[in-house]
Amino acid sequence: MTDKPSQKAPHVGLFATCLVDLFRPGVGFAAIKLLEDAGCTVSVPQSQTCCGQPAYNSGDRRDAAAIAKTVIAAFEAYDFVVVPSGSCGGTIKKHYPGLLGDDREWGARAEALSAKTHELISFLTDILGVAAVSARFDGSVTYHDSCSGLREMGIEAQPRALLETVDGLTIREMADADVCCGFGGTFCVKYPELSNAIVEKKTEAIAASGADTVLAGDLGCLMNMAGKLQRQGRPIKARHVAEVLAGMTDMPAIGESE
Amino acid sequence: MRITAPAFKENAQNALTDLHLQRALEHVEAGFIHKRAKVVAALPEFDALRDAARDIKNHTLEHLDLYLEAYEKAATKAGGQVHWAETGGDARAIILDICRKAGAKTITKGKSMVSEEININDFLAENGIEPVETDLGEYIIQLRGEPPSHIIAPAVHLTKDQVEADFRRVHTHLDAARDLSESTSLLAEARGVLRDKFLAADVGMTGANFLVAETGTSVIVTNEGNGDLTQVLPRVHIVIASIEKVVPTLEDVSTLLRVLARSATGQDMTVYNTFSTGPRRPGDPDGPEEYHVVILDNGRTAMLGNEFHDMLRCIRCGACMNHCPVYHAIGGHAYGTPYVGPMGAVLAPALFGLDEAANLPNASTFCGRCESVCPMRIPLPKLLRHWREKEFERGLAPATQRWGLGVWAYFAQHPRLYRLSTRLAIGALGWLGKKKGRFRALPLAGGWTRHRDLPAPSSRTFIDQIRDREQ
Repeated sequence: MTDKPSQKAPHVGLFATCLVDLFRPGVGFAAIKLLEDAGCTVSVPQSQTCCGQPAYNSGDRRDAAAIAKTVIAAFEAYDFVVVPSGSCGGTIKKHYPGLLGDDREWGARAEALSAKTHELISFLTDILGVAAVSARFDGSVTYHDSCSGLREMGIEAQPRALLETVDGLTIREMADADVCCGFGGTFCVKYPELSNAIVEKKTEAIAASGADTVLAGDLGCLMNMAGKLQRQGRPIKARHVAEVLAGMTDMPAIGESE
Repeated sequence: MRITAPAFKENAQNALTDLHLQRALEHVEAGFIHKRAKVVAALPEFDALRDAARDIKNHTLEHLDLYLEAYEKAATKAGGQVHWAETGGDARAIILDICRKAGAKTITKGKSMVSEEININDFLAENGIEPVETDLGEYIIQLRGEPPSHIIAPAVHLTKDQVEADFRRVHTHLDAARDLSESTSLLAEARGVLRDKFLAADVGMTGANFLVAETGTSVIVTNEGNGDLTQVLPRVHIVIASIEKVVPTLEDVSTLLRVLARSATGQDMTVYNTFSTGPRRPGDPDGPEEYHVVILDNGRTAMLGNEFHDMLRCIRCGACMNHCPVYHAIGGHAYGTPYVGPMGAVLAPALFGLDEAANLPNASTFCGRCESVCPMRIPLPKLLRHWREKEFERGLAPATQRWGLGVWAYFAQHPRLYRLSTRLAIGALGWLGKKKGRFRALPLAGGWTRHRDLPAPSSRTFIDQIRDREQ
């Protein structure tokens, strides 16, 4: 996949995220395929659980810090930590250093982990220099910019650039692709009515794009959008962008049966 | 105004089903977001200006005591009278005293959020002094007995039809058959009614967007010119401003004005930028005989140097609420505090107490759009998270939430236990949801499934599948 001569293959620790682990293992396998195609050796540490974001964003710094330490211990030996989520990747990269900053030893380890942690798609394009994928998807897609990926990790052009290289795929941009879908982690269950009002606008924009599949880089947002589209009876599918880029769209779309 | 933030959830629910409000909120997007984006795109140095603006305020806040004293000295030298108010009550008492000494019966007001913060209108009315709001939006909501729903567009929650109905209800001295179908005719009518009020007022009160330390000047920006009439026509001018409005120099003001107008209304420059220094001097063609400045703390010094310090950079442009998906959904009144949207959710617990306002920092998806447009680069989501931390530390969060989170956090710290329990749970859920691929309802997941389906998991977790492969 890369033109670079293979010196030593970068050893990537894949942090699958709890949602991928529990709800959609296919995203993890798509990530492994994309990384291996790009010349990486991929390991999936068995001791991984969650990045701690639910605790962190609920104000529970102590538990968040304890979880962060288990993640650091499990992943610091790898050359890179790659996460198929801008949100969980952002927690490790942008928030662990501050969370553990008061502790000299752990603060330094958090900084070190932060420096080598990347969201999957931007890792492929920006670090490994992947410019094209070999995949086919016969259909039109619209891409939702998940908030943390967009605003914390700067992911906007990268997934679109790689999607352009998928055979048979057309991109139809939705209006306000950069506006929140209303998921917001625990927000969606703490304020269900508000979350619903926001996701209704999102599914409206998705439908108006005319695309038959909505893609994003974060499973939380995708489950929210897929669940709303299905409740509204809209025949639009939802998939993680990695599934399409890896050519692994033979598995059912999110919330669909086999 | 009465603080109704504890009832945020009910307020929000009512807002979501208020059709007038929902129609009015549609304009926020075109009216603010697109205009801002256009002027920002037209100014390549906008981000550099934001940095400069942030640095000006950071510098000022580091030396706030010095600049406030310098301001007082310069304002006094120009003939003004500076009054210090530690609390809203202190400010109210000072203002009432000035009004009484001036023998005031009516007082005209330019738009001022600090005056909302200290609830001055009700207080003056209780003491026999009629406050008259002269900003068109403020005038409309005063007729309706409502608080502002936006810090720069106080009546943004209303449709034109609602305003027409209010004018017909209140302006009964005018011809009932008059045509009010155009926005311009509503504006002309308000102007006509307010003209007499301007001339009759004994005292005019304005806020201040900035207080300039080097010259003792107060600065207001308006698009209607009402602020100028408010502060020039009456015999006494009172400026009410909070401590963080001070900036060192006029040069600094010019930088801040450039980011303020663009961020607020998408204008290159606000129509009226009015600088007032002291009362009328001999030979001046107009101006007040007395010029008072009431400088309010109301909890702000407690924010200096703590985790909420950055909030004191806020210049009240409203860009954060204009870009907030939660604000778009419910408008400002649901917040139940004078300051609304993301900036309000940070300020309200500081000004009115976390017990009153704990809902507000929680009602955010942390999408970060507010921070991305804030001209002063205030890390609003981070500050909201700090309030959640305070809430958590004090045990104010609902018990079910704390318990659920605690269990989750415990499992997340014990990977073997986590694997075992998720294997069982996911196995069961996967089996149950296999046929449909999703759930329409599920015990304990009502918050989710009330409005959307829940995708079913596959019956084996990713980590287990990886382990199967490796074995």
